[in-house]
Amino acid sequence: MSTVTLRVFRGDSTSSEFRDYKVETAPGMVVLDAIHSIQKNQDPSLACRWNCKAAKCGSCSGEVNGKPKLLCKARIDELPQDQPIVVTPIKTFPVIKDLVTDVSWNYEVAKQIEPLRLADEGSTEPLRMQQIDVDRIQEFRKCIECFLCQDVCHVLRDGQRKDIFFGPRHMVRFASLEMHPLDTADRRPFLKEHAGIGTCNITKCCTEVCPEHIHITDNAIIPLKERVADLFFDPIAKLFRRR
Amino acid sequence: MATTAPKSAESVRTLRTDAWWVQPLLTVLVLTGFIAYATYRTFENNFFLAELTWVNGAWQKSQMYLDGKVGHLLSPFYSPLFLVDWRVMGYYISPAILILPFPLSFRLTCYYYRKAYYRSFFGSPPACAVKGTTKKSYRGEQVFPFVIQNLHRYAFYAAFAFIFILSYDVILSMKYIDGWGISLGTLVLLLNVVLLAGYTFGCHSFRHLIGGKVNCYSCSLANKTKYGLWRKATFLNDRHALFAWTSLFGVAFADLYVRMVCSGVFADPVFVKF
Ligand code: SF4
Ligand code: SF4
Ligand code: FES
Ligand code: FES
Repeated sequence: MSTVTLRVFRGDSTSSEFRDYKVETAPGMVVLDAIHSIQKNQDPSLACRWNCKAAKCGSCSGEVNGKPKLLCKARIDELPQDQPIVVTPIKTFPVIKDLVTDVSWNYEVAKQIEPLRLADEGSTEPLRMQQIDVDRIQEFRKCIECFLCQDVCHVLRDGQRKDIFFGPRHMVRFASLEMHPLDTADRRPFLKEHAGIGTCNITKCCTEVCPEHIHITDNAIIPLKERVADLFFDPIAKLFRRR
Repeated sequence: MATTAPKSAESVRTLRTDAWWVQPLLTVLVLTGFIAYATYRTFENNFFLAELTWVNGAWQKSQMYLDGKVGHLLSPFYSPLFLVDWRVMGYYISPAILILPFPLSFRLTCYYYRKAYYRSFFGSPPACAVKGTTKKSYRGEQVFPFVIQNLHRYAFYAAFAFIFILSYDVILSMKYIDGWGISLGTLVLLLNVVLLAGYTFGCHSFRHLIGGKVNCYSCSLANKTKYGLWRKATFLNDRHALFAWTSLFGVAFADLYVRMVCSGVFADPVFVKF
């Protein structure tokens, strides 16, 4: 049976180191399996968050050889095995321990987004929508809140601009509300002034890493940028609105 | 178990082990090559219309045109055609200088090209999960000059007009002194228009204006129509990067083709004449 070396980040935000572990491989093995094998056979103190092992809960986000990935979806046989496989926690958020990070900032941000506002709030009638009206927003509902997009976005990752940008995951949320056929709220001023849509320079890394293959940049962020432009950056449209 | 360097993930630019730098490098090379060629051709102010030739400080009908061997074959860099006799300090001003800002601003503010050059020229970021130039002071497109990108739709309006202008050029390229004909040059110009149309109608601003801004498609017949148009624009939009590159090569190739015909490198093969 062949083995592979995992070089795993150990520690927290204040002190850390890499440790190498040799793990026996099995067919179809993913990085999370290897982490579990380390926990079971070599070092039970290694911390890792996971739930479904089916790429559906969004808990096991990490970085494998420097690329943001779900650990339960990163197959060992797709990685070069002649060198150690480097496993690190997502970089944008503070490390609690080893591969576990504190992503609570995302939940705080989510609370600031105005929820769906229906024209007739009190109505008990069931909402009726046609397929063509929900085609677009169904894509956004696939989000599993793994925050890999938040991790890779250079505005949050390198600029650490959590103070001015909500990040791609929340742009997806905004898009699902703004394009909703029954929603009546206008979140464009908030998007521009507080959520920081203008800081995104559409370099598409969020789209590249999204395990749900949501076209975050093309289908959520850019259409939102266009909607913000309608209101703030289109002098001719403004003229017509005044009339 | 062993402890190994690097000590922390913070200390390195990236832990990626693949050749992440290849794509930005290629982008820089191709875009720089195109800019160099387009600048040269803009200032060359010659060999852009097969019908004319520059003799003793004036435009005259070319011999190949008089012989019925070429039609009104015009380079896209110099379209729409207007011949000027403006001079600054003895140098003739090329009309291409006045045409270029339109397609240039369209591509410069294009969402796809923005991604390409922010990554490759600005390193912001050079590749995903690779630390580049983004710092704590980063503001992105919130501040000048990048805030101008928000006017992309206006560049689109001009580009839209160019599709018609360049289509008209395809028709004119079939006009010979002694009738009509179809040559390889006509097909080259046609291919250029097709690629440019694929690029232009896949534009994000167009996709928004044609139907993307609607929330309830089923609410009216007009909105249903907009949904259909939005779907079509989306088809092209999904392939926007492909059209962005092929149309860039297409326009350079069309210009080069016209230049070679005009400068006598080869004769434009005429397939039919009627
Ligand atoms: S496209 Fe925008 S939101 Fe997505 S990673 Fe790039 S800068 Fe961040
Ligand atoms: S948009 Fe994609 S990458 Fe971002 S949190 Fe949702 S599933 Fe994860
Ligand atoms: S464990 Fe649920 S997504 Fe990986
Ligand atoms: S031309 Fe590329 S987005 Fe408009």
